[in-house]
Amino acid sequence: MKHDKIEKNLGLLMLFTMVVISIGGLVEIVPLFHINDTIEKVDGVRPYTPLELRGRDLYQREGCYLCHSQMIRPFRDEQLRYGHYSLAAESKYDHPFQWGSKRTGPDLARVGGKYSNEWQVVHLNAPRSVVPESIMPNYPWLLKNDLDYSDIADRMRALKKVGVPYSESKAEYEANVKEFGAEVAEMLDIQKAQENLIKQAQTGNYDGIPNRITEMEAMVAYLQMLGTLVDFSQYDEGHFVQFR
Amino acid sequence: MAHSMAAKAEYNYDIIKKFAAMAMVWGVLGMFVGFYAASELAFPILNFDNQYITFGRLRPVHTTLVIFGFGGSALFATSYYVVQRTCQVRLHGDGMANFTFWGWQISVALGVISYMAGYTQAREYAEFEWPIDLLITVTWVIYLYVYVMTIRKRSQPHIYVANWFYIAFILATALLHVFNNLAVPVDMLGMKSYSLFSGVQDAMTQWWYGHNAVGFFLTAAFLGMMYYFVPKQAGRPVYSYRLSVIHFWALVFLYMWVGGHHLHWTALPDWTSTLAATFSIILLMPSWGGMINGIMTMSGAWDKLRTDPIMRFLIVSLSFYGMSTFEGPMMALKSVNALSHYTDWTIGHVHSGALGWVAMVSFGSFYHMVPKLYNTKMYSEKLIFVHFWLATIGIVLYITAMWTSGIGQGLILRAFDSYGNLAYTFVESVSYLHGPYITRAIGGALFVTGAAIMAYNLYMTAKQGKREAAKAAAAAA
Repeated sequence: MKHDKIEKNLGLLMLFTMVVISIGGLVEIVPLFHINDTIEKVDGVRPYTPLELRGRDLYQREGCYLCHSQMIRPFRDEQLRYGHYSLAAESKYDHPFQWGSKRTGPDLARVGGKYSNEWQVVHLNAPRSVVPESIMPNYPWLLKNDLDYSDIADRMRALKKVGVPYSESKAEYEANVKEFGAEVAEMLDIQKAQENLIKQAQTGNYDGIPNRITEMEAMVAYLQMLGTLVDFSQYDEGHFVQFR
Repeated sequence: MAHSMAAKAEYNYDIIKKFAAMAMVWGVLGMFVGFYAASELAFPILNFDNQYITFGRLRPVHTTLVIFGFGGSALFATSYYVVQRTCQVRLHGDGMANFTFWGWQISVALGVISYMAGYTQAREYAEFEWPIDLLITVTWVIYLYVYVMTIRKRSQPHIYVANWFYIAFILATALLHVFNNLAVPVDMLGMKSYSLFSGVQDAMTQWWYGHNAVGFFLTAAFLGMMYYFVPKQAGRPVYSYRLSVIHFWALVFLYMWVGGHHLHWTALPDWTSTLAATFSIILLMPSWGGMINGIMTMSGAWDKLRTDPIMRFLIVSLSFYGMSTFEGPMMALKSVNALSHYTDWTIGHVHSGALGWVAMVSFGSFYHMVPKLYNTKMYSEKLIFVHFWLATIGIVLYITAMWTSGIGQGLILRAFDSYGNLAYTFVESVSYLHGPYITRAIGGALFVTGAAIMAYNLYMTAKQGKREAAKAAAAAA
């Protein structure tokens, strides 16, 4: 067929264009949902607790992902600096993913437990007070603002709709007990979301202020769990190569 | 002659004038926000402990204003101009065209206000939360309808090549926008939503979108602009018809495969990122096909470069297009990407495309188009020259600063001492960035100054055109 025909027929031009632009995405994206090895089989990965979830929301609100990645690559320098490279499984409950594209600051995929809660609070409040060369903004309002957790159950329900196994019914709860153990299943129960959030804030006291639940509380709770779910000592070195 | 004058009077220039004016407003504002955000990285005190203007919230404000505010409005303006001129008919549906104007401007304005207030989808270049995404979708469908209906009324049998690119851009943007923004709102009366996909699939969807925002929004569409304004300004026909056919189909096919190169060495499976790298390298060919077709169109009119500042904008834009479409495939090689990814090299690459190609070709096209809209000459040719040099020097400072900081940081972070330990802490790489960050901010300041001069020059041109029209009307009466 002569190209001339397409140039004279808008319908044909649009049809061919649609076909041609659809192929790349179909070939590269659709299989990711169907090939089983795309996400590694690994123990320990669980959805966020209500408090961590609110922390993650704040992480997005402040645009942290624009300067910090959460994706460690399989290189020696990154292994030494950050730890084991990131697995796909570790972000399987992340709606949206927060792998990032730029490291103006360091990767945070395994920042959990690297610093004390106290350091995190001081650092978020005024980074240059602990790291003089830092160019990160101060986030004093995280300490000033009380955390709004009034809609935490709605947030978990929305996430449940996109496939995160938060439970509402007895059956869903039982399934979670089987999958994650009783302690975690308890935290994933939407009915108890507020109660669980308050309990975790009180026991953890991440912001160092015992009688308040600040935004800092949620942010630090989130940062402190990042990358801590998988116990890599259980697996032989090189175990995860088969999935790549 | 009388017939063509009558036809001209029937074109809908009003809508083009409005979009062109808003392109300049968003452009100057967005570039200024970029300059300010860059300065925050050089001097973090500029965050002023103010939650609305921290770097993390301003960065999407900058990208949205320049890509969708400036770039988007420039594309609406030029596409409405080109489709009317090449089809020789009036734009279909004044009311609908007006709707696209207001829909688009309100989306951009609401978007940047909502980011500063902390509402974001946290997806790069798709930060708009779901209610704004819906407004954009409606606006876009109407845009497609207006465009298609105008082409259907054309008085020529052939659809001119510029319109193929604009059509591909409109269709692809619709596809990308819809699939990348699938989300479930927390509350139908609230802004917050969670994306439908998660983790690795979400990452691939986002970068399929992200790179094709570059490929279709910032490339195919601007090639449409190029295919009209370069031949017009040079006064010569497009160099090769055959090349335009081949590179059009190759470009629109290949671009959709390359997004995965943003995810090299991540938890994305190797097969996907290898495919993306392969297609990225092949993509060099149609990209350069477009560049060559544009540059060769000017051959025979090279003498104009000495006297015509608009030609300079166009030739420099095509040169940067060629340069950054060479740099891109190179950075898509896994070994190069291991160093360049996560660093400012990427930021520099984006800006050699965005400032060098997208902004420069828009500037050149606007300098050609705006006087025609107002039936007059540019207010000041001298100011166009001033703008040209400010913009060019600004870009060069910007990208060399980003090569320095990007390659430097990449090397610092992978350096080992003789015992095999890491040679530097992370924060030492941050200290290193200070100098390049200042240079980058200066480059940005020059660029936005040039754009502000252009806005003034265009404003005065419009005023002059109106004055002349009033005078002519008075004389006729």
